[in-house]
Amino acid sequence: MKYESIIGLEVHAQLLTDSKIFCGCSVSYGADPNSQTCPVCLGLPGVLPVLNKKAVEYAVKMVLAVGGTVAPHSIFARKNYFYPDLPKGYQISQYDQPLSTGGSVEIEIPESKAKKKIHLTRIHLEEDAGKSLHSEDNSYTNTSSNVKQKGETLVDMNRCGVPLIEIVTQPDMRSPKEATLFLNKLKQILEYLEICSGNMEEGSLRCDANVSVRPIAQTKLGTKTEVKNMNSFKAVEKALNFEMERQIGIIESGGRIIQETLLWDAEKELIAPMRSKEESHDYRYFPEPDLVVLKFHPQTISGIGGIRSEEKFGTPTITIVEKIKQSLPELPEARKTRFIKQYQIPEYDAELLTTEKKLADYYEECVKNYPNSKAVSNWVMGEVLRELKERKISVSEFKVPPKELASLLKQVDSGTLSGKMAKDVFVEMAETGLSSEKIIQEKGLVQVTDTKEIESVIESVLRENPGEVEKYRSGKERVFGFFVGEVMKKTKGKANPSVVNQILKEKLSS
Amino acid sequence: MKLAELKGWELRELIKKGETGCKEAVASFLDEIKKKNKSLNSFLTLTEESALKSAEIVDKKVSQKQKLGALAGIPIAVKDNICLRGVKTTCGSHILDNFVPPYNATVVEKLKKEDAIIIGKTNLDEFAMGSSTENSYFGPSKNPHDLKKVPGGSSGGSAVAVASGLATMALGSDTGGSIRQPAALCGVVGLKPTYGTVSRYGLVAFASSLDQIGPLTKDVKDSALLFGVISGHDPNDSTSLKISSKDYLKTLDSYKTKFKVAVPKEAFGAGNEKDVEEAVKKAIKLMEKLNWSVSEVSLPYMEYAIATYYIIATAEASSNLARYDGVKYGYRSKDSSQLLELYQNTRGEGFGNEVKRRIMLGTYVLSAGYYEAYYGKGQKVRTFIKQDFDNVFKDFDIVIMPTSPTVAFGLGEKIEDPLTMYLSDIFTVSANLAGIPAISIPCGKSKAGLPIGLQILAKPLAEETIFKAAYMLEQNLKT
Repeated sequence: MKYESIIGLEVHAQLLTDSKIFCGCSVSYGADPNSQTCPVCLGLPGVLPVLNKKAVEYAVKMVLAVGGTVAPHSIFARKNYFYPDLPKGYQISQYDQPLSTGGSVEIEIPESKAKKKIHLTRIHLEEDAGKSLHSEDNSYTNTSSNVKQKGETLVDMNRCGVPLIEIVTQPDMRSPKEATLFLNKLKQILEYLEICSGNMEEGSLRCDANVSVRPIAQTKLGTKTEVKNMNSFKAVEKALNFEMERQIGIIESGGRIIQETLLWDAEKELIAPMRSKEESHDYRYFPEPDLVVLKFHPQTISGIGGIRSEEKFGTPTITIVEKIKQSLPELPEARKTRFIKQYQIPEYDAELLTTEKKLADYYEECVKNYPNSKAVSNWVMGEVLRELKERKISVSEFKVPPKELASLLKQVDSGTLSGKMAKDVFVEMAETGLSSEKIIQEKGLVQVTDTKEIESVIESVLRENPGEVEKYRSGKERVFGFFVGEVMKKTKGKANPSVVNQILKEKLSS
Repeated sequence: MKLAELKGWELRELIKKGETGCKEAVASFLDEIKKKNKSLNSFLTLTEESALKSAEIVDKKVSQKQKLGALAGIPIAVKDNICLRGVKTTCGSHILDNFVPPYNATVVEKLKKEDAIIIGKTNLDEFAMGSSTENSYFGPSKNPHDLKKVPGGSSGGSAVAVASGLATMALGSDTGGSIRQPAALCGVVGLKPTYGTVSRYGLVAFASSLDQIGPLTKDVKDSALLFGVISGHDPNDSTSLKISSKDYLKTLDSYKTKFKVAVPKEAFGAGNEKDVEEAVKKAIKLMEKLNWSVSEVSLPYMEYAIATYYIIATAEASSNLARYDGVKYGYRSKDSSQLLELYQNTRGEGFGNEVKRRIMLGTYVLSAGYYEAYYGKGQKVRTFIKQDFDNVFKDFDIVIMPTSPTVAFGLGEKIEDPLTMYLSDIFTVSANLAGIPAISIPCGKSKAGLPIGLQILAKPLAEETIFKAAYMLEQNLKT
């Protein structure tokens, strides 16, 4: 029997605000443990939360980008549970009145090219918890000298109060592949909006999944399980495949699926149930009495930065939500469509170039200075991406500015450089950050197009290799490449290859 | 002239005129405390050094004829659930008996800005849960009118300090009557302000939607003076109202107003001690003599106030007190090998019985399956109680009730009977549930010589009305 899986995701995305959601502490990653804390995020007795306006705006951007509806009134709720890295004993989240409902994200199934909408249930705002560091963890023993004994646990509260949005999907995905496609798309949108770094390994994007399976064509849903602790895109696909197979195995052997929470173990590549004690939570949600209703009025938001302090936004002619909408950047789908039309490049190119906002920006900036859009596309998809991958860096860290790439390409067009030389120069640029002119000058890398000079080199090559010449003339034309190579060697690659080809052919046939 | 008997506004004048040195005055208060605190147990911590230092600054300002703050030189006691930087803030609990906050509550900053002298931290029922101060880990405070009686609670230490002249003014907190009831039982003035007028930042939370800091003073004028200083918007408190603080002294007796007075019939009859009821009725007679119009009204939902209060307050408390887990600060039980054990031992040993009782109640009413029946319903009734008041305040300026159904009761008398103890709050919890301001002023004494309190309630933000009415009654009750 063939099965399909029914998957719904809960994605947590850390918002790239400067400060935490309820206090002024910095949110930067990798600081010394507990160095980015204050009485508020440490939950000291007597402190109170004040909602960060930026966090609200970022969350609203995401809602609008996926076509969701911003609730005119939403409220915060306390989710109560005990854990050492949860300093207040509750997390401030949203529960029955979230920031938004609805919206969707479209994915494309690679095999069929079919488009599919993954619908969202809601998006809400909440605060992150801290981190527990167990002395067995390498990350902990390596970075801290405070370990007294094995088995000791320390807590790092830097992450406490980092703003998160939780994005909950409907159970619309039918395979682990679809789940990763969705996650990639979501990450892409978050990056385009510049509200989340999308880095799963650093924990700025996290994902839990609800999974069930059923025979294809069956309409009744199976019992679902919840899979947690998937810390990379790869882990998501692996874990979900594992869970799907596990459930099918149970059903085929006549067993029943138990509704439970499971943890993915990335090292052992298997799934294990959470201890029942850990999951028997009754979170006792109730409205957070220390915060007020978050309200979107036509011109203002109230409930942020101190209650009833209504900050004025914008002009009186548009609503605040409308204003945020107008501030949205062009989103990946729209940009891709425009690229195809405006730059006359294949869909494949447009898709690849728009995966990341920074890459698409790079491409456009380059085309502005060098209008052969297809040539630029080839270079960006080929050379640029290769360099980024080899150097394990992002576009923003890349040492070759788009203008420099454009001027390099112009020098190929003008004949100053051969294609091969340009590629070598480009690698040098990526390494040193120097301009192409500078590198060409320093290395004396000007292409030789002077026919006289090339002619004399060719003549000496032919003179030195009479045997090969004989072979060529007796019909073994593939030794032609040998002559080209020898000429290039003698000119240190500077000879213009088309000139070399032309003269070689003339000389050999004479 | 005895400094201990002066009102705050009188003491400030003396200091301003140079008739007494501030440091000298503060020193005499500290001496008095050292003499009497053993029997009264009003103060948990004295801030002697910083108080004397602040006094020197005031003296310097006086000698240099600099502008003096509104509370210049006035010794003020602060309830020990309000954070004072660098000074132990215990909340009357074993679980916080070593906690030193690294920050000042907003009200503390405001006191300091007005040159007040904070002389110490006062005793309270553990986490402000109680009506007698007997729930303090550090032992009960005693009523200065009769040392065998309770001072009321939870701000018992603050009420005792003011009533016995150990401090000129004090701050308390009122979640269900914790300022007004001890004020009544000790014979001083206690105000529970409108919810949101005084910042809660730095007040250790008991029930966030009910808690409010307020003044305990010797007279209404001091109450208005202190409230004027501590009120006003605070960006650190999201529930703080966008109002600016005001000088309530200016309008206190600027003109004689006639008030429309509502007397809820539910507040009289069975349950009240005879002396209390008589004293309040006498006060009502006085109002009629002042030509105020007095009418009987009904607050039909008042009978549900106690039940509603104990659902909402305990629900919030169960969550607010979750942070005391032995992990980060405060008491930690030794020798726990497992996390759960650490929590259980720390909280089991660190909290007293009343606190545990309320945490359990609150946890229960928020539990899956019970939420709607208790917390959900409680919130609805709370709205009805508020509407009761809204209706009355359409036609009336103030509502008059006893503050407490009884005068000060004996130490140990009710401690084993929590339900009877809870009834001490029967007339006070409504104001917290409705978010409205209410004051308790002395209105005579029982035959045994124990003080009786009269409560005046008004609509939200009508503190000015309350002060005017209370001031007029105070002036006329004297004679």
